[in-house]
Amino acid sequence: MKMSPENTRRTLFTLILIGVALPLIFKLGLPIESSENVQMVYDLVNGQPEGSHILLSFDYDPASKPELHPMAYAVARNALERKYKIVCTALWPMGASLCADTFKRLKEEMPGIEDGVDYVNLGFKAGGIVTIQKMGSDIRDVYPADMSGTPIGELPIMDGIRNLTDFAFVYSFSAGAPGIKEWVMVAHDKNKVITTGGATAVSAPAILPYINEQKQLHGLLGGLKAAAEYEKLSGHIDIATSGMDAQSIAHLIIILFIAVGNIQYHLIRKRKRGE
Amino acid sequence: MKRRIPLLIAFFVGILVIVAEFIPHKPFGTLTGGLEDWFMIIAGFAIILGQMNLIKVHVLKIKHKLPNWQYFIVTIVSFAVMVIFGLFWGTEDNAGILGAGTSLVQSIGSKPFDYMFNNVYQHLSASMFSLLAFFIASAAYRAFIGRTTESNLLLIAAVLVMLGRTSLGSFLTGWLPDALSFLHLPNLAEFIMKYPNTAGQRAIMICAGLGIIGSSLRIILGIERSYLGGE
Amino acid sequence: MVHFMNWLGLWIGALLTFGIYSFLYKDNPFYKVAEQIFVGLSAGYWFVYTIYFILIPNLFNKLSADFGAHWLLIVPGILGILMLTQLVPKVAWLSRYPIALMIGTTAGISFMRYMKSDVLSQITATMINPFNGSAVEIVGQLLLVVGTICGVIYFFFSKKHEGAFGVGAKVGIYFLMVSFGAAFGYTAMARISLLIGRLQFLLFEWAPNILP
Repeated sequence: MKMSPENTRRTLFTLILIGVALPLIFKLGLPIESSENVQMVYDLVNGQPEGSHILLSFDYDPASKPELHPMAYAVARNALERKYKIVCTALWPMGASLCADTFKRLKEEMPGIEDGVDYVNLGFKAGGIVTIQKMGSDIRDVYPADMSGTPIGELPIMDGIRNLTDFAFVYSFSAGAPGIKEWVMVAHDKNKVITTGGATAVSAPAILPYINEQKQLHGLLGGLKAAAEYEKLSGHIDIATSGMDAQSIAHLIIILFIAVGNIQYHLIRKRKRGE
Repeated sequence: MKRRIPLLIAFFVGILVIVAEFIPHKPFGTLTGGLEDWFMIIAGFAIILGQMNLIKVHVLKIKHKLPNWQYFIVTIVSFAVMVIFGLFWGTEDNAGILGAGTSLVQSIGSKPFDYMFNNVYQHLSASMFSLLAFFIASAAYRAFIGRTTESNLLLIAAVLVMLGRTSLGSFLTGWLPDALSFLHLPNLAEFIMKYPNTAGQRAIMICAGLGIIGSSLRIILGIERSYLGGE
Repeated sequence: MVHFMNWLGLWIGALLTFGIYSFLYKDNPFYKVAEQIFVGLSAGYWFVYTIYFILIPNLFNKLSADFGAHWLLIVPGILGILMLTQLVPKVAWLSRYPIALMIGTTAGISFMRYMKSDVLSQITATMINPFNGSAVEIVGQLLLVVGTICGVIYFFFSKKHEGAFGVGAKVGIYFLMVSFGAAFGYTAMARISLLIGRLQFLLFEWAPNILP
């Protein structure tokens, strides 16, 4: 019996849905190995002196939240544990809200941290690469106040911060443009500030050429798997790790689809040749 | 005046930005700094233009009763709701025209604008893009066929990366001895990403970069004028 | 009330998720409504955020707080208003001034940044000694150098791809295919991650709280 294309499609959809849902409910506990690029990011985040200022840029929106939010949470928590001063910006408007969400959750976990002292959410600015270039010369002009309207001069965390070169490193959680590419181009290549980041798995392969001997990009967290690796390295197993079994099974199903598709194709071709 | 002045503006600011890169002192550095400030503000207005244009287009579709016009009423109502909530009661950190909305926060747990963002928009956005998981699975079945050397390379790279970048890869070949560690799936995936993938992506990056440089020069020199529109 | 609103929020989220997923069966009014709510809310969010976090702090507040120091900001303010003339066809040509300023600035910056980061730095990054390191690294580095050069040859269309040049272009295609395969693998990974996020919401946030 031959299935109609519509029904074939629906069967594939159902299989992928079940393949992702079941491992979320019944954990398999598959191992997670860390890769070189994640280790580089982890070492950078953990290698700064206490009190260092770092800039985290939330350049994503809820469409990429499942991939980048666990990363943002893991990196920000790690940085707060290291007692860094975190300054947050966003090149995407919804990134500002997602940054607020990250620190809201972190504040519940670490009640001692204080807005304006240990971290600050400066919010969203339009303009992409041009705005980053302006931050390279004067961040206070770009951000006259933080999200809640407190003038930048009144924020203790911003003492001594004038431009990008005052940060130990810049970290972009990037879902596309403007994002990590623009930060590499301006923060690293123009202002010589160490630049690292996390990207959605879709954009990660195109970013990899920046990881080279010149260290245009200092490591990269690419996708949910990298977030899980970071969670493992930092010793806080969280939501990214819990999705890894489902990710593995879904990949296996897709590979099976590819195999079945190929077998079918070659069988049909063989039959046609025979005729 | 309608075309020549805009061309002169593009030429002047383009050259200014390039010169300031080599001579970052006064007056070039200061002028570029001011220009970057202006850019951000104009970009803000450009965003407003985008939203207003969206509404204009949808209103016209409703007015002319184009196919599915009823659904565009939903777009306009959703837009109006978000804007009214945002402007009247503000966002989490900002007060609106009617104040900070403290009593509303006490009764619903957050500002109406943030409630809509957290409980409606975030779910819609995440669901919309997660649909692609199903379509990529379907595409894998239908289109990922090894017909030629090129398509076989594509297929093998995809399968190795998909296995190697998950826990399954670690699980399947974790037993390999150290001498064969390069065949361990996560290591193979990392090798592909670090070398052949980087080579391909770098070639694309260099060539696209040259293309962008060429286009930028064409714009600055006034050869490329399509951004000015007709007339 | 707060508890009820949180519960209601979970239900709204779940129903909208089902509305979007109903498209997998076939296009239907629930999907279309959800889609249009998405577009409307997104536009509204951008609108409000642009006013609160760009126009007010970077333009209006600066002008009202110290007009003497910031009077020049009137220029981008006016140019911004001219940008809005795009909406009125008769005077739409006025928007060419701000557009020209934005395009010119972007062209200038792109020229410099792409030249440095995507051309010169990438060429420098390929000028390595490939015979350094372990056997696997040597193979990899050779692939990197050969692949980059051949990939660039493939994109050179001013000369016909034949002879030695054609071989280079052919090898370039092979490397590009491996890149696209790897990119497909990563794309599958990304899309599955998004589905995981949705199912985590439905299974662990909404399902346990179906009742208020």
